[in-house]
Amino acid sequence: MTSETKYLIEARDLVKSFDAVRALDGLTAGFAEGEVTAIVGDNGAGKSTLVRCLTGVHPPTEGQLLFRGEPIRLSSPQAARDLGIETVYQDLGLIDDLAVWQNLFLNRELLRPVPLLGVLDRPRMIRESRDILGGLDVNVPSVRTTVRRMSGGQRQSIAIARAVTWGRSLVIMDEPTAALGVRETAAVEKLILSLRDRGVTVLIISHDLEQVMRVADTVVVLRRGRAVARRPVADVTGDRLVGLITGTISEAA
Amino acid sequence: MTATAARPRSFDLARAADYAAPGALVVVWIAFFIATPHFLTLSNIGDLLVASSILAVLALGQQFAVVVAGIDLSVGANLPWAAALLGATATAGVPLGLAILIAIAGSVVVGVVNGFLVGYLKMTDFIVTLGSLSVVSGITLLLTEGNTVAVSSPFLQAIALDGIGPVRWFWLIALAAAVLVWFTLFRTRAGTHLLAVGGGSDAALGSGIPVRRVRLAAYAASGLLCGVAGVMLVARNGGADPSLQTNYLLSSIAAVVLGGSSLFGGKASVVGSVTGAVLLTSLVNGFTIIGISQYFQTIAVGAVVLLAALLARFRK
Repeated sequence: MTSETKYLIEARDLVKSFDAVRALDGLTAGFAEGEVTAIVGDNGAGKSTLVRCLTGVHPPTEGQLLFRGEPIRLSSPQAARDLGIETVYQDLGLIDDLAVWQNLFLNRELLRPVPLLGVLDRPRMIRESRDILGGLDVNVPSVRTTVRRMSGGQRQSIAIARAVTWGRSLVIMDEPTAALGVRETAAVEKLILSLRDRGVTVLIISHDLEQVMRVADTVVVLRRGRAVARRPVADVTGDRLVGLITGTISEAA
Repeated sequence: MTATAARPRSFDLARAADYAAPGALVVVWIAFFIATPHFLTLSNIGDLLVASSILAVLALGQQFAVVVAGIDLSVGANLPWAAALLGATATAGVPLGLAILIAIAGSVVVGVVNGFLVGYLKMTDFIVTLGSLSVVSGITLLLTEGNTVAVSSPFLQAIALDGIGPVRWFWLIALAAAVLVWFTLFRTRAGTHLLAVGGGSDAALGSGIPVRRVRLAAYAASGLLCGVAGVMLVARNGGADPSLQTNYLLSSIAAVVLGGSSLFGGKASVVGSVTGAVLLTSLVNGFTIIGISQYFQTIAVGAVVLLAALLARFRK
């Protein structure tokens, strides 16, 4: 892929300092629309900080973010949400004692046309929840069951389904399979691949390089707060990625 | 993905905990029925339910604080505060309807202050409401100079004593409050947000729910229902007693816990809280009929609460 690629979101010379530490040190990287882009890098390379800049949690100290080519300022998570950027955090952000459908529609509840009272349109939310999960091939016993009774993979899938439903433009996943077993990881990867087929733009942070090779179109390598490489996954090997991450191979991004 | 087989042992205990209040209520009623012929009579049960109504309304208020993983200790003072406001305004010649509104509004103010301190200033709920328990109690005593004010109102008397046929007004008030609280918690957006904040405030915040405002609303609702209970208390006693109501405070928390709500928040049971209130009132009522010392009554109430807490241990 060349620099001509249409980026959905692009970071230019991004700097984020925490006191004396420069977590991002002039990072420039773009994330193409309709692709799954993986961000890889060693601990402390700036992966989480980059995600926090993109989700409005930490506004960058210097540098610029472009959204569809336009400069934007993400001053709060709400600002990112308003652009259709949704994040699946490691702790998933699900409420255990609420039902699956309540979690899918959390703070986006569908209401009946009764003024002021905010009366829930439960049948519609339950029906649409079934459609959402069914469309993504996510199996849960019932959308009316509480999330507490779901397996780790099911919970992860529900969190991803929620992000995909509301993330009109970009879905960010932070280590989506870190806490999962082999079978559940496979199910979640299948879900991510189906998102790619549907043209959802996904940004995924992963330590698992084999997973990156399986699910991503493009991989961006971070080292010491900079993006040191951006490659189509088809053009790199696992060994080469390790070299880029650790710095034994260096090349211009 | 494999179906989750819940751990069978703790599952059964969790189920038991969910039905603790109705189960215990049946046991207690049967026990008193065997012990005395005067317990399970229409007139006694009618009076018992009237006495339960005030506690039920109070517990429904407490339910709001508990559902957001908080606690409202101030009800022990907020209850006599509402009563005293009603007494003072009614004696000063304010029309009764307005006096009732002022009393309820006074309690809402206490709830809003609690909610502001807990929600916006992030102070510990326990300390905040313990502090306002003391402050509001002092203000109430200053207002009344420590005297009980008689409120002679045919309207209030009628509410306490009459009803539609055999159905007493107090039951209907408690029932209406229960239905409203149930509807709010389980059928409105606000209720979902209350449950979400109690169940996981970080996740709630992450989804953009205004956590601080939701907390404030929970304590305000607790204050509102406390005010209603205060008016009922005046109606029942024919006057406003300004002294601290620690029994009502403890029982309101106990009723909610007995009812199966989690003190860690996020889980609510309206039927449970009301049943808990009836259960606690039944204990006191039955003991009184049998003639057991009231000192034993407080022990029994406390023991039931501890038992409920023990059951709740297994629910997680």
